[in-house]
Amino acid sequence: MYNFKFHKVDKIEDAVAILSSAEDPKILSGGHTLIPTLKQRLSQPTDVIDISNIDSLKSIKNNGDLITIGALCTHSQVATSMDVQSEIVGLASMASQIGDPQVRHRGTIGGSIANADPAADYPAAVLALDAKITTSSNSYNSDDFFIDMFETAINSDEIITSIDFKIPKKSVYKKFRNPASGYAMAGVFIAIFEEGIRVAITGASTTAFRLHDLEKKLENNFSVDVLNDFNADTTNYNSDIHASAKYRGNLVKVLLEEAIAELV
Amino acid sequence: MAKIDIKINGKEYSETIDDNILLVDFLREKIGLTGTHVGCDTSQCGACVVHINGDSVKSCTTLAMQVNGKDITTIEGLSDGDNLHPIQKAFQNNHALQCGFCTPGLVMSAVDLLQKNKNPSEDEIREWFEGHICRCTGYKNIIKAVQEAIA
Repeated sequence: MYNFKFHKVDKIEDAVAILSSAEDPKILSGGHTLIPTLKQRLSQPTDVIDISNIDSLKSIKNNGDLITIGALCTHSQVATSMDVQSEIVGLASMASQIGDPQVRHRGTIGGSIANADPAADYPAAVLALDAKITTSSNSYNSDDFFIDMFETAINSDEIITSIDFKIPKKSVYKKFRNPASGYAMAGVFIAIFEEGIRVAITGASTTAFRLHDLEKKLENNFSVDVLNDFNADTTNYNSDIHASAKYRGNLVKVLLEEAIAELV
Repeated sequence: MAKIDIKINGKEYSETIDDNILLVDFLREKIGLTGTHVGCDTSQCGACVVHINGDSVKSCTTLAMQVNGKDITTIEGLSDGDNLHPIQKAFQNNHALQCGFCTPGLVMSAVDLLQKNKNPSEDEIREWFEGHICRCTGYKNIIKAVQEAIA
């Protein structure tokens, strides 16, 4: 990897200051996306800012109707949190399916969401749970957050600090793992709220997205029968060495069936 | 260049290193602890697993400077003189290694599992080892070794 200047900060303000003043800075959280990227020389930052000492970003709080998760919470923390397991079981289940135990000891929710890998798991949860993303200088609604592959609504001098997930009545996450990398070849998150149902897909396209038509059908009839005439619109689905767009379309349907069956 | 102060297997070290050196390379090349191996260098095989403040982590995907001030345990830190750690003994008893390349990482990972889950089921043991690849053994004896160590 190319060399860079390493910084370790204790406060968000210090990280933002370096982000704003350095020539080409990158935030380092768990590092399990950035470090592989640096090793492959796909990125050449001048400065790497390790924010993992900022303890105020590491807590999980149950606020009654929503759960606030600090951006530096590891996947392991989210997966094993009593609050997340009891209130949003789909989210705990998702976190427990990321990578492997060692990766989960380092990877963070903030890093995953900021990176917006098309095959990452958390974006599906952000959409399905109508999460609010708070940064060092702004906040964003879920539906406005994911723009394109590896592109979110946040600016280059912003750091995600916390995510508020709405607590649903029921939730589930089903994923088809790539056998080598463990990333989602397709992932389905369904959340049932008093006011409606949200269905979000990840791994299939350039960003995570919701299936609005299916949501309405499920609100009328929550049963696997609504899938009888369902065919994923694969126009914008990814085709790559792992799967064709058509195969991903089929995966989405299969996972939807599993997810709905579990929540019925 | 950067200065790192770190505890490894109970001993304090203070070194000057490149900002971008990986933890695994720091341990192997700067400190001389070559029991931790580089297998895939892409976070998949687990040959590089060490403990950071007690948690198992892939050291090929960690910068040494990230763990400045922290407490590292490597495979060399498990035995007490000539007395093998119970998990090392169990691996020995159950022929849970052949070429031995994946073994340090698996042993470190097993130690972490049994710290966190005193009595894992066979499924839980197999799931815990998701991040490890062994080309020699077919994993069966590794699972048996962990089961022996539970007892």
